[in-house]
Amino acid sequence: MSQLFDIKDTPLSIEEVVEKVTRRECGAIATFIGTVRELTHGKRTLKLEYQAYKPMAIKMLEQIGQEVRDKWPGSTIAITHRVGTLDISEIAVIIAVSTPHRKAAYEANEYAMERIKQIVPIWKKEFWEDGTKWVGDQLEKNAYPEGKPSIKGEEND
Amino acid sequence: MIKILLFAELQEEAGTDQVEVDKAGVTVNEVKSWLQKQYNLTTLENTMIAINESYADENEVVKDGDVIAFIPPVSGG
Repeated sequence: MSQLFDIKDTPLSIEEVVEKVTRRECGAIATFIGTVRELTHGKRTLKLEYQAYKPMAIKMLEQIGQEVRDKWPGSTIAITHRVGTLDISEIAVIIAVSTPHRKAAYEANEYAMERIKQIVPIWKKEFWEDGTKWVGDQLEKNAYPEGKPSIKGEEND
Repeated sequence: MIKILLFAELQEEAGTDQVEVDKAGVTVNEVKSWLQKQYNLTTLENTMIAINESYADENEVVKDGDVIAFIPPVSGG
């Protein structure tokens, strides 16, 4: 079986990720595709570079998978994140969740994305017309207000 | 020896992605202070620490052969 959680340095395929979660007993597959946005608060992004601490990132994605299976029994989730240089509109991340019924698939998918932004060691470097920056803190909160990311994910309920 | 991994802005500031140093037996916090001085880092404060690919506390003592990763605020997705 292909691995459910992956980090790749080549363009991502939605079909490939969906295929990993397709099962006879599921009646819903919710997918999320994160793409590179050109304008953020009026500032133009030229391209992005993603870097990952790959072995730990995969471990953390697996942990998110476990959290999802615990919270939504009967679900199957697959996540692939891209690294390297990405142009505008390229796909940075794909999340697919299959469940027997649709509501759980939507919920689990959103939960997984929020957790990625909290605990998975992947970083994004923005390239603008007037400079570059490794940006953190995508949730627009302070960096780790409690000193560390919430490993448990309890406050995300 | 322990291996220190640096990512994102820290990696650019230090000019390297990994450092090996003889620091077994001291706390993560002491490793952090050493690193800060060694490379004159300005972005080390808000980082998380992982030991051997798991998030760890700064008071943990590092052992010979450990891999210590300094993890700036993440921004995946």
